[in-house]
Amino acid sequence: MDAITLDNITKTYNKGKVLAVDKATFTVAEGEMFGLIGPDGAGKTSIFRVLTTLLLPDGGSGTVAGFDIVDQYKEIRNCIGYMPGKFSLYQDLSVEENLKFFATIFETTIEENYELIKDIYIQIEPFKTRRAGKLSGGMKQKLALCCALIHKPKVLFLDEPTTGVDAVSRVEFWEMLKRLKHQGITILVSTPYMDEAVLCDRIALIQDGKILSIDSSENTMKKYPGRMYAVHSLNMHKLLKDLRSYPDTLSCFTFGDSMHLTFREDNDGNVTRLNEYLNNIGHTNLEIKEIQAGIEDYFIKISEPAHG
Amino acid sequence: MKQFFAFIRKEFYHVFRDKKTLLMLFGVPIAQVLLFGFVLTNEIKNSKIVVCDYAKDYASQEVIRKIEASRYFNVQKASMSHDQIEAAFRTGEIKMAVIFPADFYSDLSHLNKAQIQVIADASDPNTATTLTSYLSSILNDFQTEMISTGKVPYTIKPEVRMLYNPELLGAPNFVPGVMALVLMLICAMMTSVAIVKEKEMGTMEVLLVSPLKPYLIIIAKTVPYLLISLLNLTAILLMSVYLLDLAIKGSIVLLFAESTLFIISSLALGLLISVRAESQMSAMMTSQMSLMLPTMLLTGFMFPIENMPVAMQVVSYLIPSHYYYVIVKAVMLEGLGFASIWRETLIMAFITLVLVGINIRSFKTRLA
Repeated sequence: MDAITLDNITKTYNKGKVLAVDKATFTVAEGEMFGLIGPDGAGKTSIFRVLTTLLLPDGGSGTVAGFDIVDQYKEIRNCIGYMPGKFSLYQDLSVEENLKFFATIFETTIEENYELIKDIYIQIEPFKTRRAGKLSGGMKQKLALCCALIHKPKVLFLDEPTTGVDAVSRVEFWEMLKRLKHQGITILVSTPYMDEAVLCDRIALIQDGKILSIDSSENTMKKYPGRMYAVHSLNMHKLLKDLRSYPDTLSCFTFGDSMHLTFREDNDGNVTRLNEYLNNIGHTNLEIKEIQAGIEDYFIKISEPAHG
Repeated sequence: MKQFFAFIRKEFYHVFRDKKTLLMLFGVPIAQVLLFGFVLTNEIKNSKIVVCDYAKDYASQEVIRKIEASRYFNVQKASMSHDQIEAAFRTGEIKMAVIFPADFYSDLSHLNKAQIQVIADASDPNTATTLTSYLSSILNDFQTEMISTGKVPYTIKPEVRMLYNPELLGAPNFVPGVMALVLMLICAMMTSVAIVKEKEMGTMEVLLVSPLKPYLIIIAKTVPYLLISLLNLTAILLMSVYLLDLAIKGSIVLLFAESTLFIISSLALGLLISVRAESQMSAMMTSQMSLMLPTMLLTGFMFPIENMPVAMQVVSYLIPSHYYYVIVKAVMLEGLGFASIWRETLIMAFITLVLVGINIRSFKTRLA
């Protein structure tokens, strides 16, 4: 059975004026870790709110853990865990009080499901008398995850759990998610970070409310048409302008400390010709190498066809 | 039920851990009672007045002695011309001038009536009215004494009676008003802010996506404020009895029952605001503009409703605090029983019912 199904879900705001989700359709298998990848405002949170029964869809249908998201919302609320994007716990309650409170309203106790949260909770336990408002960003998210897990949900919804969290805590957080997956919990997670996308079993790329592609992260990267080159030189600013004005360039974007470049036509002489051209106009320390296109490259490719 | 109590405990944590909330809940009521009780009362003490006595006879001396004995006036005896008196008014040196004509006593004893000129600075009409009424009550006293000693057989006596507040004390009028104001403030404003805070922090989403019934969330959010309001009510009553020497004449049980009804209507108003407000700031502003101001202005404890334009009077009949003010005045100051306030109680109950009904109808089990 699929843990989550969406069939042509549409969600609009302001009486239909703003289209937030446009006929989204996908399924998440039981025990799968599924990622919703897209920039801010793509409609990720709207999908989460529709699935967690907080908002009614304007069209389409869906199920969570086998229950209908409109008619059986009460059943769904009994068996899911949800961590909203802006969730910040009760700042004036201590770590322990927060956890205890959420355990109680989910009709359980910390002891009953301690096994599930143990790995995460032992990291924040030394601070259990500290007020949640005084925790670091990473700690807060760990505590929030504990609160969302305390009642052993079948399906876990995490809306941008690592936004605003430092790099080390982000890695730790995803380690925890992997462990939860091994315990059989279905996880739907959204993130604007492409490097986190590869950690999901499957990902859906979403932009402007539309789902652009659904596949495993490896396949998504393989889908990239043509070859991709990383170009580096001493004067990166000049390089971007020069590459964009180079007649054979199809697209060129700044990506970290290098330029990601594709040619209009892939052939073996491309690199040599470009090297010569750039050398002639004064670039030094030139480095051009072929690379595997990442999810972000693919995302840019399919979301901005105007550049293609 | 365990969930419900855990929720209420959490709510009390919020209240007792936030200094600003605590100050709002307990500091403001006390400050208001003290402010209205000792500083902002309508009562006027030690007003500077000038007395020009051209008679200098037995009667005028007697009246002046009485005026001097009163703690409302700070008497300055002088023979001033009209121009001088006017100059003194202009500089604000005096609030009132009392002038006895030359034949005061002889007029009184022979013609059975005499005149006194009283000039008051009506640029502050409230003070002027109060001062002249103080003075006329002193004159009344004097006349009554004259009658009883048989010195003046016939006197025309003006019928001025200060109902329920013979000493013209300020406190009785404002205590019911402050009660209405404080209860409205705590229930409506604090509840709406507390609920909107959960929305702002994103915790409302998690609470809704929990097995906890949404109506239980709302009730659990309001219960602490109901309890705190009753506590505050007790504090205000204690303060008015022991600090302001204002006895509670009617039944305390009835007073608390009526207050609970008013509290519920205020809580319902607070909930209505919280459903619509998106931020704590807007919840606060809405409560202040739509609840606090009408409560202060239209309940009748600051400005008499009879003197307002008809439109304002109509509005004043729509707000629950108007009826609460009438009820508290009746029970607390006049010692009346339920028989004389059943109409106000019924109207207030009806308004409460309507508000609760609107709340139930606009109640959401989802975010939007």
